[in-house]
Formats: sequence, structure tokens, C-alpha cells
Amino acid sequence: MLTKKQKNKKSSLFFINKEREPLFSKKNRALLSDPLDDNNPITVQVLGICSALAITVQLKPAVVMTISVMAVMGASNVIVSLLRDLIPNRIRIIVQLVVVASLVALVDQILKAFAYDVYKQLSIFIGLIVTNCIVMGRLEAFALGNGVWKSFLDGVGNAAGYGFILILVAFFRELLGSGKLYGYKVIPEFIYDLGYQDNGLMLLSPMALVTVGIFIWIQRARNRKLIEKN
Amino acid sequence: MESYINLFVKSIFIENMVFAYFLGMCSYLAVSKTVKTAVGLGLAVIFVLAITVPINFLLNSYVLQEGALSWLGDNYATLDLGFLTFIMFIAVIASMVQLVEMIVEKFSPELYGNLGIFLPLIAVNCAILGGSLFMQQKEFSGIVESGVYGLGSGVGFFLAILAISAIREKIAYSNIPEPLKGLGITFIITGLMAIGFMSFMGIKL
Repeated sequence: MLTKKQKNKKSSLFFINKEREPLFSKKNRALLSDPLDDNNPITVQVLGICSALAITVQLKPAVVMTISVMAVMGASNVIVSLLRDLIPNRIRIIVQLVVVASLVALVDQILKAFAYDVYKQLSIFIGLIVTNCIVMGRLEAFALGNGVWKSFLDGVGNAAGYGFILILVAFFRELLGSGKLYGYKVIPEFIYDLGYQDNGLMLLSPMALVTVGIFIWIQRARNRKLIEKN
Repeated sequence: MESYINLFVKSIFIENMVFAYFLGMCSYLAVSKTVKTAVGLGLAVIFVLAITVPINFLLNSYVLQEGALSWLGDNYATLDLGFLTFIMFIAVIASMVQLVEMIVEKFSPELYGNLGIFLPLIAVNCAILGGSLFMQQKEFSGIVESGVYGLGSGVGFFLAILAISAIREKIAYSNIPEPLKGLGITFIITGLMAIGFMSFMGIKL
């Protein structure tokens, strides 16, 4: 009888799982869908809050950030998962940081070349993907102990859960704060004529915190097993 | 001298790492359950920021910037190693954190036990890398200036985490709606505190 760990190790010697698990088996699908709700990186695992709050004034940077994080997480999870038997335990954090930092430098240069205005808007927050706790957290918690394909799904799934909250917050902040979505005016003129005004407070950074707080409230009211004891 | 004091006050209150830029939020939320551990983490962050920002300043102005390598000779004068910024900065930070970890383990094993996993995680605390990246963006003129900025940012983080941990100890006995307990209410309180800190914004130094 093999222990679970040995089993994992055995099957991961090859890129494809030996037991011929279908690529999108139930377990693997759960890796993708769990982070969207029950195990959301932002509202449940409390990872990657910094960037989630700072760049959600408008939808566009939030979308770009989501895509960047997804690329970095998918790739770094795969690389660390491939290297996991070679990395000495003591220096694993530095190795992980180097892997992530090189990937982020790549994303940084690509954005600089192809989407300069967004790049300017995101300023240091692209660089801060290096220290985004989601990336490191998932590398530590998942990629170091699991096979390549699973790690990839976990990375993409968590990035999607992160992006989900990011885009939701940005949606409300841009809509209520400036009456726009993705830079386009969506609230018609006649409503302004009736006396409606954009809520400038939504554009200020503190409201991002309150918005996320309210999302957490809604999520936990729906899903009561997530409620904290004290 | 006066400009240094101005910069110090500015980096603590007006450009507070936590309330103005949301940097270091992860550890800010995770370690703020009790005042004692919060103080420990805050001190560690002050220490690491005050050391890494000046070191990274030197690295930036003598290795990474465009033309920074001109001291090596004319051949190198046009090199721009800017794309290496993240890797170099994070390497400095990771090694500094390792150093702090060893010092704390030696002199205060109790604190070491309390901080647990969060000490090595300072390496991935966004406030630390953020401090260095802001330093690069602000184009400080000298090492003292960047040191003062690092120290000020660290103190700002310390104040923020101290305040929230005190509030959280207090509200443990409050009657909060069930689903809002813990994380939710902490977010909202932080939002309110950030609104409070915004009142510093109009001050010109």
C-alpha cells in the first residue's frame, strides 16, 4: 500500500498522470472552480489583497491585472511543480521568488511594449505581483506537492477567483464612482438631469476596502460554513 | 534637515503604506489578531524597510539605472539593466529577511515563536518591495533621503497594524452580525481608518 505522498510522487514522474486520470476529471474541475467561491483567494484565504484594492478604480486595469496574474500564476506553478524535487527545502522561497520575478519581468516588458497607457496606470503594481501573496501562497501550498497539470489548474483557478473579485469590485467602483464601464459612459445623460450624481467617494481608495467587506458579508451570509468562530 | 523631517512625516501619515496604497495588506490582516504579535511584526517591518530601501537605492543608482554602470568604463555607459529590477530587489530583500530571522531567533525566541510563518513571509510582504519600487519611482537624490523614506514607511505600517490590532481586541466582545465577523468587519474598519487618514492629504509639507 503506497502512502498518498508516494503515490503522488510516482504519478508525477511523468507529465501525464499514470493512472490515466482524464484531463478534466471531477477532482481537476474542482481545482478550477473551488477558488471561485468556497475557497476564494481574496475573501476566504485572505491572499493578494493589496493589488485587489489599489487598482480597482476602473475596469480596464483590473482586467489587465487579472490576465497578468493568471499568466504569471499558471506559468510559475508549472515551473515550480517541475522543479519541486530538485529544490532544497531551505532555499525554496528564494528559488520561488526568482522564478516569479523573472516571469513578472517578462509580463512587465510585454505590457510596456503593447499597452503603455495601462502600464502607466498600474505603475508599481505589476512589479508587486512578485510579492502578491496569492502567487507565493499557492506555490507553497500546492505546486510544491503536486503534479504539473494539477498545479497549472490550481494556478489558473486561483487567479480566476482573484480576478473575479477584482473585476466585481472594479465594476461597482467605476459604475457608481464615475458612471462609466471600461471607459465608456453607461449612465445616460437624462438621469444626471434628474439630479443623479456620481459618488466621488467610490473613487477613493478606502471605499475599495468597504466594498470588499460587503462582498465578504454577502458571501458568508450565503455560505454559512465560512463564518469565523470569534 | 528640515526636508528629511518633512519626508519622514509625509511617509508616515500622508503616504501611509497601508491606508494610502494598501501595501502589506495580507500580513496586516493576518497578524493583527493580538497587539503583541502585531507589535513584533511591525518592528520587523520597520527594520527590514529601513535597511532594504537604502541598499536598493545604491543598487538602483550604481547598477540598474540607465547609464548607472558608467563607473565601469565608457563601454558600459549606455547599458540599461532596468529589466533586472525585480529580481535584484527581491534578492536583496530575501537575504535581509533571512538575516532578521536569524537575529530574532537568537535574541528573542519567544517573539520568533509568535511570529511563526510570518517572519519569512516578510520577504513577500508587498510593503517591503513596494517601498523599494516607490523609492525608484520617486527618484530620490541621496542615500539618506531614501533611508528616511524607508524608516518612515516602516513606522507608518507599524502604526497601522498597532491600531487595527487594538481595535480588533476590543471588538472581540462586540455584537457584530455573524457573517461579518472576523475578516469582513476588519475590512470595513480599515476602510473607515483609511478615510480618517485621508484627512492628512491636504497638508502640504
